[in-house]
Amino acid sequence: MTAYEISIISIVGINVILAVSLNMISGFCGQVSLGHGAFFGAGAYAAALAMVATSSVPLAILAAILTGCLLGIIVGFASLRVRSDFLAVTTIGVNFLFIGFVRKQSWLGGEMGISGIPATGLGASGNMIMILLFACATIAFSFYISRSWMGFAFRAVGEDEGAGATLGINAGAYKLMAFGIGTALAGLAGALYTFFTQFITADAFDFIFSVMLMAMVVIGGIGSTWGVVVAAVGLTLLPEAIRFVNDYRLLVFGGLLVLVIRLAPGGLAAMVRGLVLRVRGA
Amino acid sequence: MSTALQLENVAIRFGGVQAVDGVSFAVEGGDFVGLIGPNGAGKTTLIKIVAGLLRPDRGRVTLGGADVTDEATATRVRRGLALTHQIVRPFREMTVLDNVVLAAGIQHTSSPFRALLHVNRRGEDERAAHILGLVGLAGTERKLAGSLPLGQMKRLEVARALAVDPKVILLDEPLAGLNHAEASKQVETISQVHRRGITVILVEHNLEEVMRICRRLIVLNNGLVIGDGEPRAVMADPVVHDAYVGGGMVSHAEA
Repeated sequence: MTAYEISIISIVGINVILAVSLNMISGFCGQVSLGHGAFFGAGAYAAALAMVATSSVPLAILAAILTGCLLGIIVGFASLRVRSDFLAVTTIGVNFLFIGFVRKQSWLGGEMGISGIPATGLGASGNMIMILLFACATIAFSFYISRSWMGFAFRAVGEDEGAGATLGINAGAYKLMAFGIGTALAGLAGALYTFFTQFITADAFDFIFSVMLMAMVVIGGIGSTWGVVVAAVGLTLLPEAIRFVNDYRLLVFGGLLVLVIRLAPGGLAAMVRGLVLRVRGA
Repeated sequence: MSTALQLENVAIRFGGVQAVDGVSFAVEGGDFVGLIGPNGAGKTTLIKIVAGLLRPDRGRVTLGGADVTDEATATRVRRGLALTHQIVRPFREMTVLDNVVLAAGIQHTSSPFRALLHVNRRGEDERAAHILGLVGLAGTERKLAGSLPLGQMKRLEVARALAVDPKVILLDEPLAGLNHAEASKQVETISQVHRRGITVILVEHNLEEVMRICRRLIVLNNGLVIGDGEPRAVMADPVVHDAYVGGGMVSHAEA
């Protein structure tokens, strides 16, 4: 395997974790978050600091997960107070706030970011395998959640909080849980990204990246784990395969997003489901 | 019989309107109470206060002896209160069965952590199917709830309320919008609910049905209780009669 292939596969794995975890918040529980990049970034910085200080991979992963989760629960509290459209605006704000804050902190390397992060000692292929294992675990966990009573209650909260309350479902607790789990996994992705690049700057975690993650969720089919995985893989590889897409990345993703919302609101997952039903019916 | 629900001096004001103005009454366990009154009397407001959807300015609400005035709706539901909405609110994207299964799984969903550890739903599936049969929705299990006609959605509301295994059930206009045949089916279901020992509080415009099935009638007007007791005696009271005629509403029972 070439170094290029290893790095692409690693990025695909990280994006899969990010998209699937965002889908838990926005797809399963219906809480629109356009600031997932901030939790990813928080995890990456926490892991970088932990690696520089201790060179311990497990400690770095733990620090990243806890930082992402903590920040996520704080933002989750905002979701208890605001309507869903305003939550989208709030999370955008969180993302900008994160970038603005990190750039001004000398202990986080400011504009220059953090470089010289110690290697994991696993090598590039070892890192890739670790990333893929975590990606598979995330996918499996996502499937488990949607089959569990928690996934069931998430769907209720996402569709109608008030009706959920009349069935004894405490919407607030579930929203915090969705944010806590989703952002913990974003933090994990941040740690894996840090191991992969050994050099981070704030720009990698900006709002544009958060919108790309949301595009993966929506294009894949909001709420569908398989759809989101396929879209995350496809949309990560597309700019690599087609030069034009790389040059006009935002235009292509934005265009796809608009097309899907307009023509197939259920995304890839709904299209496949529709096709299967039609084939069976024929 | 012990007291299932008690309201003490409950009041709430919206801007310049005193919607509920010091209402007190107690409902015994197993009773069947009709809550009636002209439009704007404060019935739905009072139901919302009991359900925890509105917080009263003053007064106390107790459920089975516990003060629930400051508790959220979900907490009251877990204490044994169930309610149906005047305007139906099924989870439209879920199947009819799933709507009821979710209600039947109330022990699993009481906390997200507990919910995360439970996957099995066979018991709840069976119970939900049984309840759907009880309310006359057998055969609709796999349909999307949003695709049901109104009459069936109203029955689905009752099915969901039953599935949380309540001690007290609040029914907010369960007959509104139903045709005659659908309404009498719904009344039959509600009577069955009561026969299972569940305390029923029914808010309804259809006086004819209320008089027929309720054992006790509470009449509200301008946020005050103006009549309370055995239905026929209450309706014979001139104060109640005046309020209704004055309110522009003529009783079907008298027609």
